[in-house]
Amino acid sequence: MNAAKQAFLKRIDDALHNPQMRRNFRKAMDGIRSKRAEQFIDDDVLQLKRDKARIIRTNSLSKQAELLEKLEARLTQNGIQVHWAETAQQANEIIYQLLNAAGAKTAVKGKSMVSEETELNHYLQQRGIEVIESDLGEYIIQLAKEPPSHIVAPAIHKNRIEVAELFQQFHPDIPYTEDINQLTATARQVLRERFATADAGISGVNFAVAETGTLCLVENEGNGRLSTSAPDIHIAITGIEKVVEKFSDVPPLLDILTKSATGQPITTYFNMISRPRQPGEKDGPKQVHLVLLDNGRSRIGHDAELLDTLRCIRCGACINHCPVYVHVGGHAYGNVYPGPIGIVLEPQRLGIEQAGALTSACTLCGACGEVCPVRIPLPALISRLRAETVNAQQGMASDNTLSGKGKLRTHSEALSWKLWSWLNRNPLVYKGFTRLATRMRFAAPSIPGWSRYRTSPKPAPQSLKEMLKQNGLRENL
Amino acid sequence: MSTSNQSRARILQRLRNNAFAYQVESTRNNLQPDWTPEEKIRQFTDKITAVKGEVIQVKRDNWQTTLSEQFSRKNLKRILVGDNALGEQIRRDNPQRDIGLYEQSIENFKDSLFHQIDASVSGCRCAIAETGSLVLWPDAAEPRLLSLVPPVHIVILESQQLFNSFAEVVEKQQWQNGMPANALLISGPSKTADIEQTLAYGIHGPKQLLVLILSD
Repeated sequence: MNAAKQAFLKRIDDALHNPQMRRNFRKAMDGIRSKRAEQFIDDDVLQLKRDKARIIRTNSLSKQAELLEKLEARLTQNGIQVHWAETAQQANEIIYQLLNAAGAKTAVKGKSMVSEETELNHYLQQRGIEVIESDLGEYIIQLAKEPPSHIVAPAIHKNRIEVAELFQQFHPDIPYTEDINQLTATARQVLRERFATADAGISGVNFAVAETGTLCLVENEGNGRLSTSAPDIHIAITGIEKVVEKFSDVPPLLDILTKSATGQPITTYFNMISRPRQPGEKDGPKQVHLVLLDNGRSRIGHDAELLDTLRCIRCGACINHCPVYVHVGGHAYGNVYPGPIGIVLEPQRLGIEQAGALTSACTLCGACGEVCPVRIPLPALISRLRAETVNAQQGMASDNTLSGKGKLRTHSEALSWKLWSWLNRNPLVYKGFTRLATRMRFAAPSIPGWSRYRTSPKPAPQSLKEMLKQNGLRENL
Repeated sequence: MSTSNQSRARILQRLRNNAFAYQVESTRNNLQPDWTPEEKIRQFTDKITAVKGEVIQVKRDNWQTTLSEQFSRKNLKRILVGDNALGEQIRRDNPQRDIGLYEQSIENFKDSLFHQIDASVSGCRCAIAETGSLVLWPDAAEPRLLSLVPPVHIVILESQQLFNSFAEVVEKQQWQNGMPANALLISGPSKTADIEQTLAYGIHGPKQLLVLILSD
């Protein structure tokens, strides 16, 4: 078996045997789903909003080169410096060089999934720059030395006792408490000094508006504003697909993003950055940089069907509604992005050999497709990618768009399907098979994989056709 | 950086190959609310108080008294205001309180701002009823950190500047014509739900947000 697939199955097994984690996720997912539902009571309105969001995002993707050039021109005009990175390594190096040139030794960071993709924190830490995650969820997992388990709520897998124990370990001067308000107050107190003294701030970007040269950030805590307003230098990193054409595109996207993600009509803050500190202004960074990261996204765009993946606005609704995710949690997926968007994006980003096995982590229930605010046809894309993992034939994505096609094909599986197909195409053989199956039902073998967690099905004593014949229905041959 | 330029060229070339013709479909656009002035105040108040913001409706000729009362009620000793007419007025109205203007650059002011200020008072550009949001465009007189660092933030909002929706603000004020260094929507005191999905208020931004809405 493919090594990545084996590791994946092991992680799933471990997750399924962790009752505390499963309880945490069940509670979290049920809560976040009902909050979203409360924001979308009128289904007609919801569908209109989804259409509008899909149109805005598709429009952006149809002319990405043009919009990115426009974005760059406006940002530059505004005084924000733009850098381009094809790979994660390049992005990290650019950011390191900028910090180094500014003599920055500490950086406060707002949440950024793109920076998880590039493993920015590790890169900077190795080169002597301290990175402090300031979003409470990210701060918690930074202390725990774990990756995020969800794209919007990174510490969703932890309960208050686990957080209390972490805080006790890292802030021994502060008395132990499991009270969430007090834990929050601790985080405020501890991180305040870091905001005040950090040399630099790093952030992601939710929307980059080409028309006005504006970087838009969504947050509840205030750490994003602090990270991008208090230090002297602000570096933002984003995937190239985040660009939108006009400022009027922003309100409808913001509306459906916050409602889909956390069930909020709006987040506490919506931060729109267009320039560094202007003459006469008393605060704000003197330098602002944007790093545009490709990291495989331009390759994805070659395939007209798979391109839909890039409409994603990173709300996490698909993850919240996925029956697989609720049972295994985010870490089981083993990559940056979990849940439905993860199993569609990661095989495209990382190739099938490394991430193709993820496509089997799906029941094809379709819930993800129903809740996606930008109407990404996730179930269809999952099916498509599943086929790509075992089928290297033409008609599928070229090697330019998807590496490792067919690499998860195994002889035994392929043979099983060939046999099954032959069996169903041959009436006499089929008849013989059903006779054998029903008469020898107690000798039916267990099905490997299936019977690991479930009882194997036993054939009935008679086939349906035999029963009908017995009841007087004539066979129509 | 030459590598950045080479990357730029290659990325753009790949993206140009991806470009496709797309006719932007028009959608029914009656999703915007259209409320009366009273309804707007009610919507705004409901939304912002639902997330622990405070709202007091005051008369346009009398807000100064309410503000002074709130300073006492909330036990605010050191207060920061903008370096503008509003700030000057608040200072004049409250001679017995320690009210300072944000008149220095942050470099000379950080320690004071982060450790000694109890509250700030600012105006706002306008507000949004649908989401219970204040719109601020920080400037030289009322800088970014004024509305962010002090634990209590008080905002003076003129009710005639209350719009229905964010889309309406963007359209009517023509934001596409140019954005300031920083523009903000503020919709309540700071909060998080990162621990067990349970809401906790007052994390990194202000712990309290009070809005005085001025009308007749």
